[in-house]
Amino acid sequence: MAGNLLVNIAWTHVTTRVRQTLVGMAGVAMGVGFTIMMAGLMEGSQIDFLRQLVDTMPHVTVQDERRAAPVQPADREYGAVQMSNVANVNNRPGIRYPESMMASLRSWLPGDVAPSVRTTAIIDHGGRVGITLIGIDPRLEVRVSKLASQMREGQVSDLQRAPNAVIIGVALADKLAIKTGDTVSLIGGQGTQVSATVVGMFRSGLKRVDEGQIYATLGTAQVMIGQSGIVNELRVRLNNPLIADVIAKRVEGQIGYKSVSWQEANSDLLSSFAVRDFIVLTVMGAMLLTSSFATYNIISTITNEKRQDIAIMKSLGMRETAVRSIFIMEAAIIGLVGMIAGWAIGYALCYGWSQITIYNTLTGTNVPISIYYSPRHYLIAGGISLLCCTGAAFFPARKATRVHPVEIIRGAS
Amino acid sequence: MNEIALQAVGLVRRIEGAVSHTLVNGIDLAVNKGEFVAITGPSGSGKSSLLYLLGLLDAPTDGEVIICGQPTSKLSEDDRAHVRLTKCGFVFQFHFLLPEFTSLENVLLPMRAEGKMSEKDMQARGLDLLGSLGLQDHAQKRPNQLSGGQRQRVAIARALSNRPEIIVADEPTGALDTSSTEQVFSILREIADQGRTVVVVTHDPALAARADRRLHIVDGKIAQTFEGQKLAPEPTVAAPTDL
Repeated sequence: MAGNLLVNIAWTHVTTRVRQTLVGMAGVAMGVGFTIMMAGLMEGSQIDFLRQLVDTMPHVTVQDERRAAPVQPADREYGAVQMSNVANVNNRPGIRYPESMMASLRSWLPGDVAPSVRTTAIIDHGGRVGITLIGIDPRLEVRVSKLASQMREGQVSDLQRAPNAVIIGVALADKLAIKTGDTVSLIGGQGTQVSATVVGMFRSGLKRVDEGQIYATLGTAQVMIGQSGIVNELRVRLNNPLIADVIAKRVEGQIGYKSVSWQEANSDLLSSFAVRDFIVLTVMGAMLLTSSFATYNIISTITNEKRQDIAIMKSLGMRETAVRSIFIMEAAIIGLVGMIAGWAIGYALCYGWSQITIYNTLTGTNVPISIYYSPRHYLIAGGISLLCCTGAAFFPARKATRVHPVEIIRGAS
Repeated sequence: MNEIALQAVGLVRRIEGAVSHTLVNGIDLAVNKGEFVAITGPSGSGKSSLLYLLGLLDAPTDGEVIICGQPTSKLSEDDRAHVRLTKCGFVFQFHFLLPEFTSLENVLLPMRAEGKMSEKDMQARGLDLLGSLGLQDHAQKRPNQLSGGQRQRVAIARALSNRPEIIVADEPTGALDTSSTEQVFSILREIADQGRTVVVVTHDPALAARADRRLHIVDGKIAQTFEGQKLAPEPTVAAPTDL
């Protein structure tokens, strides 16, 4: 059967029903356009959030603890042993030989590693606020975090300028009315209290970090924790943050300490993203499916109107599948033109949204709405839409072409 | 010895249901190549049903239709469609032209469906056919721009476009005025004279009189056969009992 003939008939049918065809195309275009917009918005906001998250924390954190209780001698001696109340970590002794471990990791790690001391403390400046104090080596820290670029006042290296110097978040500073150069009190868990000078302020964009995290030197943190020389955390930054899970496993296998990737640390958040993705995908699928109902309606109408033509084409010797394919092609034409128009609408909507800014109370700036432009969105939305359109046409086309031509010919005669 | 173009052997068409109807009841028939056969009979006698079976538009309940020596009862629906496309041409009471297409495009339809000729050759043949039927000036007109007789002539041109061995026509003049009827009669006669087999169902005694042979159907059976000079006026027959 000559394909040109079928295309020719299909094209003639859709072009002689301009209004119906345009309505069908508009339905598909709107479905595709809004799907692309939603996908761009959703993925844009998600990527923006993850970027901020990844920027403000190490990609992999090596902690001075182990995932499981150490193997007991009885385990090694006997095939089956029941033990209870086996302590995993009853003391945080810190990471042993951190310098040699870092040297070993640097030999293969696609990124860099720096030591830190993490502890909790209370900052007192008129009012008291519980914070996480992170002791860092300013020279190495700039290699493993974005702290340097997040500084709003002072520099990371200023930590070495004064004894017990600290860098605090702008939000915390606002909360306690602290200015650069002020002296604050830090109270550690062991009751240790030191006076510290604020030498800089940073803004990460994440409220919980900006309000609840401060930086000091390794020495100051070690004083606060009451264990001089201790390093209880290694902070790893990778060239590609997406491989953090794999690297964390490898690091843990090599040095034995619990290594947590940023994905593991935020697994609850990422799983909530997965649920959100699923919900949004369902809504987008429903939009595309709904838009295909217009196509179903149009093809149903055309096949109904064209019963005589179908009968005569079959009686002339055209096969049922060929006649059916005419109507599926008509739906494909509607879907294809609707899809291309939908791409244009989707792009225009995304561009329009990206021009809108929203005031961020934390950063005090107008932030544009993040849109992620990806050909994948266009291909998926267009592909699903085409599939829905042709699928929607299949059933009325099959029903119409199954009609016996003699019934129609007798009826018409 | 004459070559048989179309043959029916023990042809039966029955519709099963709460009440069964036998539309065609054991017809044996052989139509020679180039023969013009008219099928007549009262309404509901089964003449159109017989025609649809002979043209492979419908499948028999029992029996066999042999077209140009090819038995067809065991053919798949697609193969039957191919036989219709290549060996049969259909003309109905209603023209059944595709309304969005011009006369020429309608005539080209079977040729394009078969896809064996080049577009240039198809166009030439289409125009040739329309010209031979006096429609050379109407090739680019759509069916709604043509008279009833012109439409039916376009339908005949379409039926002839793939050079079929057999032309099957179901009351082709049923909706035409006298002058158009006369034109269509002449065309069908000429087609037969040129060597094609023509089988026509008609109520029109004048058309039937032009046929080489007339089969009179009653209750799904051939009641009488009239050949050549033996043609006689259509007898009055009571309506079939199954109506």
